Amino acid sequence: MQVPILKQGNYLIASVQSALSDDDLRLLRDDLSDRVGRFRSTGVIIDVTALDVIDSFATRTLQSVAQMLKLRGAYTVIVGIRPDVAFVMVQLGLTLADVGAALDLEEALEHLNRRSHKPNEYRTMRTGDPRGSARGGGAPSRPTLSGVNRRQDQDEKPRSGHASPRSLEHGR
Amino acid sequence: MADESRINISNAAEIVTARRQGRVLAVQLGFDGSELTVIATAISEIARNILEHAKDGEVIISRCNHRRKCGICVVARDSGPGIADIDQAMQYGYSTHKGLGIGLPGTKLLMDEFHIVSVVGQGTTVTMKKWRH
Ligand SMILES: Nc1ncnc2c1ncn2[C@@H]1O[C@H](COP(=O)(O)OP(=O)(O)OP(=O)(O)O)[C@@H](O)[C@H]1O
Ligand SMILES: [Mg+2]
Repeated sequence: MQVPILKQGNYLIASVQSALSDDDLRLLRDDLSDRVGRFRSTGVIIDVTALDVIDSFATRTLQSVAQMLKLRGAYTVIVGIRPDVAFVMVQLGLTLADVGAALDLEEALEHLNRRSHKPNEYRTMRTGDPRGSARGGGAPSRPTLSGVNRRQDQDEKPRSGHASPRSLEHGR
Repeated sequence: MADESRINISNAAEIVTARRQGRVLAVQLGFDGSELTVIATAISEIARNILEHAKDGEVIISRCNHRRKCGICVVARDSGPGIADIDQAMQYGYSTHKGLGIGLPGTKLLMDEFHIVSVVGQGTTVTMKKWRH
């Protein structure tokens, strides 16, 4: 299934509609790369509100799309990671480096506008290993999206049977 | 829906089918919002491993009981190449295919029970459970 891409000023907006297969992702990457070149876009927003799962495969591919677009001169902001999806991503230790995060389209546009004034500022925030340093010897501490963290702080109520990402982070 | 569903895994669309089926059964069993996403993600990781490392196999999702507990049981099996060193494969960051190496250790972390049996040249079976709390 193809991902619709909208052009808005200097930016491109791609709305992921359903789970992406390898082919969909390749198509999206090539499409975005091509349009970034054609329109001289400086920012790309990828809306993942429709994704009910972001696993290691999806993370890896979103990351590679963003890295490729960066080489083409555009910064990528991921929009609409659902609270429960963010919760699982933190538990898994999945992160997106060099990628911005925003709660909605409006905030993503603000994010890009702010960046175009301060081109060197990355909003990526570093935190420690969310699952404690005892696990997975040698795994480096991973940066976490500020948007993901903020959303956790606001929306995530710890449920029985789960430690909240916060307590995992601080409970060493 | 029956208490058990079997999904063949031989392409990416079937991974999506497997996690949808998992969600449907988990809802019936009374799991709530964030637990549904946990279960769907675990199924996704393990089904993806079948596709990436063994080409094809199947995922069986069923209801399980233990004493008074009720939960969801997911079995993923394939007749692929198998895993020579399971301890190594379970390490965070270990991957033979330029993956992140998060699938197996991450899934173990998400679920309440996680067992993996693998014989080189014969295949791999992952059995995992999540209990309703
Ligand atoms: N069903 C399987 N058959 C054969 N080998 C497997 C299977 N599942 C996992 N493995 C082996 O175990 C390793 C670790 O698996 P894991 O899922 O943790 O990481 P990955 O699949 O390589 O990357 P990621 O899941 O992060 O995208 C794999 O690289 C592969 O060598
Ligand atoms: Mg994997």
